[in-house]
Amino acid sequence: MNKIRTTPEPTAERMKKYLLEGKRFDGRGLEEYRDLIIEKNVSVKAEGSVKVTLGKTQVVAGVKMSVVEPYGDSPTKGNLMVTAELSPLSSRRFEAGPPRFNAIELGRVTDRGLRESGFIDFDKLCIKEGEKVWNIFVDIYSLNDDGNLMDAATIAAIAALKIAKIPEYDEKTDKINYEKLTDKNIPLTDHVPIAVSVHKLGKSLIVDPTREEEDVSEARVTIGSSNGTISSLQKSNSAGIPIEEMKKIFEISTKISKEIFEKLKKSIK
Amino acid sequence: MKIKNKMTKKFERFDKRGLTELRDTEAKVGVIPNADGSAMFRSGKTIAIAAVYGPRKMHPQHQQNPKTGQLRVDYNMLSFSVSERIRPGKNRRAKEIGEVTKWALEPVLMLEKYPNQVVDVFIDILQADAGTRVAGINAASMALAHAGIPMKGLITSISVGKLDKTLVVDLTKEEEDFHEGEGPTDIPISMTQDGKITHMQLDGKISVKQLQDAVDMATEACKKVYQIQVDALKKTVEEKE
Amino acid sequence: MERRIVVPGELIIEDETCLPGELTEKRDGKIYSLIFGLAEEQNNLIKVIPLSGAYSPRRGNVVLGKVENLLSSGWLIDIGTPDSAFLSVAEVPRYVNKDALDEVLDIGDIVIAKIWSISKRGIDLSLKSRGLGKVEEGMIFEVNANKVPRIIGKEGSMIKIIKDNTGCNITVGQNGMILIEGEKIEDELYAKKAILHVCDKSYMPGLTDEITKWFNENKK
Repeated sequence: MNKIRTTPEPTAERMKKYLLEGKRFDGRGLEEYRDLIIEKNVSVKAEGSVKVTLGKTQVVAGVKMSVVEPYGDSPTKGNLMVTAELSPLSSRRFEAGPPRFNAIELGRVTDRGLRESGFIDFDKLCIKEGEKVWNIFVDIYSLNDDGNLMDAATIAAIAALKIAKIPEYDEKTDKINYEKLTDKNIPLTDHVPIAVSVHKLGKSLIVDPTREEEDVSEARVTIGSSNGTISSLQKSNSAGIPIEEMKKIFEISTKISKEIFEKLKKSIK
Repeated sequence: MKIKNKMTKKFERFDKRGLTELRDTEAKVGVIPNADGSAMFRSGKTIAIAAVYGPRKMHPQHQQNPKTGQLRVDYNMLSFSVSERIRPGKNRRAKEIGEVTKWALEPVLMLEKYPNQVVDVFIDILQADAGTRVAGINAASMALAHAGIPMKGLITSISVGKLDKTLVVDLTKEEEDFHEGEGPTDIPISMTQDGKITHMQLDGKISVKQLQDAVDMATEACKKVYQIQVDALKKTVEEKE
Repeated sequence: MERRIVVPGELIIEDETCLPGELTEKRDGKIYSLIFGLAEEQNNLIKVIPLSGAYSPRRGNVVLGKVENLLSSGWLIDIGTPDSAFLSVAEVPRYVNKDALDEVLDIGDIVIAKIWSISKRGIDLSLKSRGLGKVEEGMIFEVNANKVPRIIGKEGSMIKIIKDNTGCNITVGQNGMILIEGEKIEDELYAKKAILHVCDKSYMPGLTDEITKWFNENKK
């Protein structure tokens, strides 16, 4: 494998030193995101799909729906299943094959972020209590990894869910007509759990790292929050984070989450 | 749906295209910044993205060839590229198409300079409306050139079909699914610029004469597609001016 | 013949007197390109300059690499080639305690080295020259190795312009790895930007003028 391509130590030292001055190589501030572009309907075959571009990072997400039997313990609730694939297209570090830990973590963190927040009104996905409910699949694929796939994935999943339309369903024949979408949206609430990951590089905390910066990240905390209320949190990587820094991370993440939410709303109008 | 226009009783394609007319086609090179070479190819509603990484050391080691480099193709359809969701992960059809794509491209690649190495091509289908392997091959061909891999030439791919008795170029899914009369026959073909066929498959029923005609039609159509591939490659340099 | 961009398999010129240079092929008096690149003619020799592609190591190349592993008699260094290069303790211009190789170079360290031999066994590196050795600090980044000739320029003309305009010390590895050392990080980022601009416009004629113009327009 080509190890030369992870950020070399001398560059990492420069990076951390620059961060202490409040500056980053690409001129951004520590709490600044790269340009966020959301393109709608990248696949007309999906019930809803988007491509999210964050700087040079690109991910696509698509929503597909099916009708299934509800789980025994929740006869009136619909289902959600989120998967994430780190496509080998997107980086020389990824290989074809079954998902490795990073992809699994990406999928599960995104899943938890969406599930626990109350973003989707699962009760409104009920077709016939105890017998039929809507099942939502959200599948996320990376197309180019230039850092922060985690946040890009959540933004993509949320945007795809927001624009998705429910397909025509004939209860009598139990058939879904995917070629015909109704104009009904998936039942969503105001709790939009935008995930913002905060990374620790030396003594500095940054958001939205490029690949070069993410290689130098010692620890990452991904927080899903909506309007200041935190609904999910995951700390990854091995460095310990002092309590005071962790508290600061809660503040940074929730503050920026609101900014990203505004951008998302504008993009999918 | 009938292919005969009710009024004129003449043969008419669903989207009213001419028999040898291509779908709206678009190609773009350099779409994946991380890759050594990359390209997008769209034919109507079918969209393929290809990324090339390599040449690089071949792993696993036992697959290394000390005499020459190798080509490896991984073909994948996104779960939401089709109406009925495809479960993410490898499936047999994808593996077969990967191999077929490899055979289509290999003959023009010059990999003797890269012993024990591999050139990896990854193809993702974003949206499928028939002709996915064809779009994948066209995208991969551009991506390989973009990556600086030595090649005798580009590979261009097209599908020719027979709807009942009539030969047409560049089928849509609707046309692929057309079952009246003699039913559909689907013939994806890939070739070099100087007319050497590197890949061909057939599904359906067709006479020898018609198949020969189909190959001629494919050759003409490939000339148009080839120009689109060349323009897309050259645009990467000119656009920066 | 005017320089122009060609794709693999494209006819460059139909002239019996021309000779096929690197990355071209002659068939029936016609010369075809074998890669995507810039076709040019020099004294009837037709060449194609690649715009992309792998690094081809050559004897004498100065490269930057990362130490991958310690062996009993030296270090394995990743220089971006499919097989790692080897640096023998004998090629280090100082005393090396064979039981403490890591005190000289440890895994993860970046070195500037020279390729002194390429054989079936592999690539051998040496640190026995001025300017070679471990990189203690600086900004390191990577570009495609095929752009290096443009970054250096004819007789170093391009890299000199960049050094003069940014006040930085720049080491350009033939394998595309570049080291920049300046007084301030801003200067190093400025030099990196200039180098990336050269890469972007690598196909252009008159590139040194273009870069001089770029510096004038971008003065801080």
